[in-house]
Amino acid sequence: MAFTRTDAVATTGRPAAKVSPAPGRRRSGRWTALAFLAPLVVYLLVFYAYPLYRNVELSVHDYTPRAFVQGDPEFTGLANYRAVLSDDAFLAALRNTALFTLVSIAFQYALGLALAVFFQRGFRLSAVLRAMFLVPWLLPLIVSASTWSWMLNSDNGIVNAFLRAFGIGQINWLTSPGTALLSVTVANIWLGVPFNLVILYAGLQNIPASLYEAAGLDGANAWQRFWRITFPLLRPVSAITLLLGLIYTLKVVDIIWIMTRGGPADASTTLAIWSYREAFGTGQPDFSPAAAVGNLLILIAFAAGLLHVRMQRKEGIS
Amino acid sequence: MTRPSFPARAAAFGTALLSLSALAACASAPTPGTGSAAPAADASTYTWWDPYPQHDASSAWAKRVDTCGKQAGVTIKRTAYDTTALTNQALLAGQEGNAPDVILLDNPAVSTLADAGMLATMDDFGLDTARFDKNLIAAGELDGKTYGIPIGANTLALYYNKKILDAAGVDPASIKDWATLGAALKKVKAAGKKPITFAAIGTEEGSFQFLPWFWGAGAKLTELDSPQAAEALSLWNSWVKDGLAPNSVLSNSQNTTWEEFLTGEFGFAENGTWQIDSAAKAGFPTGIVQIPAKDGGGAPTPTGGEFITVPVQKDTKRYTATKKIVECMTTPEGLVETGTTFAYYIPSTAEGQQAILAKEPSLKPWVEAVRSAKGRTSDNLGTKYPKISEALWTAVQKALSGSAAPADALKDAQAKAKQAVGG
Repeated sequence: MAFTRTDAVATTGRPAAKVSPAPGRRRSGRWTALAFLAPLVVYLLVFYAYPLYRNVELSVHDYTPRAFVQGDPEFTGLANYRAVLSDDAFLAALRNTALFTLVSIAFQYALGLALAVFFQRGFRLSAVLRAMFLVPWLLPLIVSASTWSWMLNSDNGIVNAFLRAFGIGQINWLTSPGTALLSVTVANIWLGVPFNLVILYAGLQNIPASLYEAAGLDGANAWQRFWRITFPLLRPVSAITLLLGLIYTLKVVDIIWIMTRGGPADASTTLAIWSYREAFGTGQPDFSPAAAVGNLLILIAFAAGLLHVRMQRKEGIS
Repeated sequence: MTRPSFPARAAAFGTALLSLSALAACASAPTPGTGSAAPAADASTYTWWDPYPQHDASSAWAKRVDTCGKQAGVTIKRTAYDTTALTNQALLAGQEGNAPDVILLDNPAVSTLADAGMLATMDDFGLDTARFDKNLIAAGELDGKTYGIPIGANTLALYYNKKILDAAGVDPASIKDWATLGAALKKVKAAGKKPITFAAIGTEEGSFQFLPWFWGAGAKLTELDSPQAAEALSLWNSWVKDGLAPNSVLSNSQNTTWEEFLTGEFGFAENGTWQIDSAAKAGFPTGIVQIPAKDGGGAPTPTGGEFITVPVQKDTKRYTATKKIVECMTTPEGLVETGTTFAYYIPSTAEGQQAILAKEPSLKPWVEAVRSAKGRTSDNLGTKYPKISEALWTAVQKALSGSAAPADALKDAQAKAKQAVGG
């Protein structure tokens, strides 16, 4: 941007012209507006547009460690994408991502909403209890993920010890291909409930109490009040909660990485884990395929976002 | 509740999306040319990176580094990174042209950085590399040039709990090959104890622990689907299936395995030289046997340990002091000192090994194990090794978790490795 902050300060002191302004002044007004925008635009360019550009750039070159240091990667076009899409692991990773994400957000939302409605009644100690539900959110992920992996340990975990007390044999939660994805999903649901609880609880505060009173007078029971008032009026909040949940869950790496490293044998490898493993999980960083997988994730999130905006717009019109 | 306007919604969505893309981007690569951690321009301050964050500024190791700096007439500024982070940091520094003066690199990473053109050869400094054990320095060689010197080496062996073995009537000296080891494990199980634990985690550690069995069966890293490789994997697989090893080996790191062994419940544990001190302090008597090869004799074990390397500098005048630092770390006395500072690192020259044995005769089995050990990147595998290793640990995970038979898992691994290394 060619202009500086001092331009902005120099021009903003003038009161807005009441009569139609002279052409010169109108132009300076526009410059002022642009100058005010400049810091934001620069910020967006440096911290959002450039990384995005760099990610695309990485994915269309072949960045071996050597090329990375020397800065002379070979341009390979869409070869990385083709390699990723034709990899046997791709469909499995896509399926895992879909299962992990959809099951996670469905349960997080349902549990979060149930708890939000429960706490809305404001009984004694409800504030304390509500605060306790935030604990998973406050704990560092390394702590909660490690705790989960200890609890689910095949031989010494507390979960298996508990099951043994009921005569149920050892279940290899994290080390068998059948249960690994389920285990990390459960842990992730536990982590995500507080976020849903907080947002939905805030949304509930915006529903006027008079509606419930009126419904009460009309003889609506609790169930009807929920489905006819709470749920429909909560729709915009629900939609944004689900969208944010989707985006957060798509990019989850840490909890899966700590608990299973995407294993055993890719059984819990999602697209995000795949990307992370290519870049940082082996002795040799492979940034290009990692960036390609990452960009595919962005596309998925983008599609979901567009769908959301479209649905909102349709609703706005009707 | 009023609905947010369309632009507000679009903006919220846009922000959410951008935050995702920012994450994806920072997960992939840093911005070039914005490096701020340039080494001090000061001609008498030398930068030094190593993978020992557990040794802080007041440790014996930090003091040893300082002393080497003083002898070379410079001040050393030491920074410690986690092993994996160190390789990435080094690549970044290389890209930005501000690599440190000295890096202690985990041995499989040497060829990666050498291939990237980041490291100076030892010949450039006129350093003699002939006195170092061939099998150890091999990991620092690429296409006939030597890019680093091992400051010591460690490797794997089988630790045993003497109390359990005595109770089960197992004589450790009887373990000569896989058959006798298998018999010993069954005896321990019959005596009501857990026979063995190891680390089969889906990372480099998993491959590291599997290699003695893999090589001990006669398999080669260039041919992951050989019948010998299948035999090695079947051995591990049968241990897990028959309850000789716990199922948690699939998620165990070497440290976790060691913690399990220290509970006193396990007869054997596969672990490394670095646990010597801890084993001596265990609440029960311990000992080690070399990991047996399938048909007898010691199996080649993979070497662990760091190489001292010198990244290429623009200012070649700095090399004079760097050379002195490297020499200080690699003299026979220096190697012994490093060995004892680290409790224990076996020196990488015959002379150093004799010197440390004179001090600590009990290290004899370890010195022997290190002598017969083999570098993971040797056989000129170099930068291909990390790819092959990833395929190998995936196969181990597949087989042990029951998602594929050992032979099938290895067949997939070979195909994957072949594709990854391009031939």
